[in-house]
Amino acid sequence: MTLNGWLQVALFCVLLTLLVKPLGGYMTRVFAGERTLLSPILRPLERGLYRLSGVDDTREQHWVVYAVAMLVFSFAGFVVLYALQRFQAVLPFNPQHLDAVSPDLAFNTSVSFVTNTNWQSYTPETTLSYLVEMAGLTVHNFLSAATGIALALALIRGFTRRSAKTVGNFWVDMTRCTLYVLLPVCIVVALAMVWQGVPQNLSAYTDVATLEGGKQLIAQGPVASQEAIKMLGTNGGGFFNANSAHPFENPTALTNLIQMLLIFSIGGALTNVFGRMAGDQRQGWAIFAVMGLLFLAGTAVVYWSEAAGNPLLAHLPLDHLAGNMEGKDVRFGIANSALFSTITTDASCGAINSMLDSLTPLAGMIPMINIMLGEIIFGGVGSGLYGMLLFVIVAMFVAGLMVGRTPEYLGKKLEAKEVKMAMLAILILPLSILGFTALAVVIQPGVSALSNAGPHGFSEALYAYVSATGNNGSAFAGLSANTPFWNSTLGIAMFIGRFLMIVPMLAIAGSLAAKKIVPTSAGTFPTDGGLFVGLVIGVILITGGLTFLPAIALGPVTEHLSMLAGTTF
Amino acid sequence: MLNQIRPAIVMIVCMTILTGLVYPLAIAGIAQAIFPYQANGSLIHRDGKIVGSALIGQNFGGETYFHPRPSATTDTDPNDATKTIAAPYNAANSGGSNLGPTSKALVDRIGADAAKLAAENPGVPVPMDLVTTSASGLDPDISPAAALFQVPRIARARHMPEEAVAQLVRAHVTGRLAGLIGEPHVNVLELNLALDSAGHS
Repeated sequence: MTLNGWLQVALFCVLLTLLVKPLGGYMTRVFAGERTLLSPILRPLERGLYRLSGVDDTREQHWVVYAVAMLVFSFAGFVVLYALQRFQAVLPFNPQHLDAVSPDLAFNTSVSFVTNTNWQSYTPETTLSYLVEMAGLTVHNFLSAATGIALALALIRGFTRRSAKTVGNFWVDMTRCTLYVLLPVCIVVALAMVWQGVPQNLSAYTDVATLEGGKQLIAQGPVASQEAIKMLGTNGGGFFNANSAHPFENPTALTNLIQMLLIFSIGGALTNVFGRMAGDQRQGWAIFAVMGLLFLAGTAVVYWSEAAGNPLLAHLPLDHLAGNMEGKDVRFGIANSALFSTITTDASCGAINSMLDSLTPLAGMIPMINIMLGEIIFGGVGSGLYGMLLFVIVAMFVAGLMVGRTPEYLGKKLEAKEVKMAMLAILILPLSILGFTALAVVIQPGVSALSNAGPHGFSEALYAYVSATGNNGSAFAGLSANTPFWNSTLGIAMFIGRFLMIVPMLAIAGSLAAKKIVPTSAGTFPTDGGLFVGLVIGVILITGGLTFLPAIALGPVTEHLSMLAGTTF
Repeated sequence: MLNQIRPAIVMIVCMTILTGLVYPLAIAGIAQAIFPYQANGSLIHRDGKIVGSALIGQNFGGETYFHPRPSATTDTDPNDATKTIAAPYNAANSGGSNLGPTSKALVDRIGADAAKLAAENPGVPVPMDLVTTSASGLDPDISPAAALFQVPRIARARHMPEEAVAQLVRAHVTGRLAGLIGEPHVNVLELNLALDSAGHS
């Protein structure tokens, strides 16, 4: 570890914290329907969309209707994306004449992008046309992100309204988020990316005669437009196979910094939106503190472990101060790779700028744990906040048990229904992760896809279901996941991780919205201080630990001990 | 339920047009107008031919050029489409080795490469990036140490004074942005192009 490395981490933290208030303020105004700087241009477009689709933007929805609208919209998106892939051979913008995508792969990819996962079983350069990248994947990068943010808004309204029947209008929330938040930021960022070297063209791949007389075929495409929303929407699906490690996706240290900030920007700002809507910004900052502390702890472990390098190489005449450079690009080095890997798995982004599969065991364990905890450390746009609020409900329940009082949060009494629903939403993740992993490591179609032997192979399988269920999309990428078994089970895991968590969450929103607000009294547990932050962190770590420690022991921990003992596989 | 179907269909169509066609094509139009070099992949021309991209690593194996890092990219086996073969710096199929730290294949490969390089420049520790594959398999850069490590070999092969080659390397080091962000690196293709033109003069 170097001083410069830690300074880069510190710079990132400062810039992120500076973004929270202005972006949070802007988003709060947008979602309340207030006028903003962009209203003169966007308001007519917004009205036109409502008129065409028959949406009355003044009418709000009951939580059940809100959930149905979200599900129907996601299903429509799934169908369009599946069709685009199956018909890409006869559609335009396909200069490489790529064939139709196979049914199981098209299913996997459609679920993947509609659920904001962006797991990639396919190699983009050799599989998808520019049309599918633009009108398929880029679109769902916008819409799945807007959907996640809309859902978080519904839950915030549940906490902050009194005796209300409705939690907002899904169509309005989704449209405003896309038009006023995602699109303007992406236009600016995409152009900045091009300036730094990210291509944006529709040309065929370029044939190059190399200096030594060889041939090289360089993939091209409309990369920058997808890159911007891929990070801002915490989607993470790369235009190229190597994702943000590819020099065309992430050419410089500056683009790398921008990409990392984009991943956390909306997740961070939503804590502020939450605080503002609750009428007390400190409530938002308390959540931000929980997230920030867990983030720093993870970064420290990854950075330390990667800088220490691989002890199995210690006997070789190498410059060992350089750390573990396998699977990392020189322009990012150890510090920026460690930072990026932590950020992308804290959030449900899943973009990578170094290969997670080649991380040292303890460093590779952190991304896994980040996702296992529910991606609540800033998290996916929207999903991070509603995931975190589920843990807050459980934490308040635990606090209530300790002192023998009915738990409250923001003046809402948390009763049996809310706590049950929160536990249901939280427990669905381990059911899918551990269940599918157990299946995959005992049957042939599962095991045959692993590329590493020994405990690292187990980690590959575990990571795949962790990533899919958590809607992250990053991978221990040695896994050859493009087989019918893996494509379908991972597709199901992505579906479970997204929608089976959302429905109980929206039920909580509806139930909370209907409640009265209890006035604060001397017995109210203050939810904006250090004790609250510590309690929530404790509940998160204990829940995650109880659920996943055995699996982690079989994978990264065993691998770490074998590595120290000098064993290779 | 039924009255949500119309908005779902209309919204998906309109949003596809807006975010899937208007947005990327508009960005492409603007980018082609104001940043044509970058928008088309930062391609480098020499004597009227495209010799590579400034951002994409290229394979060099000869004695007279600086070598890039090992690359784990693959290609389809021309004899058997179900298999893949090693194809370093295949810029149409990026990716890393994905070998974990306890992988025997990784430890053996690094051991062999380290031994070969140590023989080439005895007594100097081999820079780590010269024996490890990058995440993209297309890393255009090596560390300044990795470039300087190769100077004696290049100087011998090109009959140039070592100091002149080292000077060229130092001139091609890109430092950290604002002295803080990123890591110092040397672009291998640009360095090799400079080496060629230095040879000509």
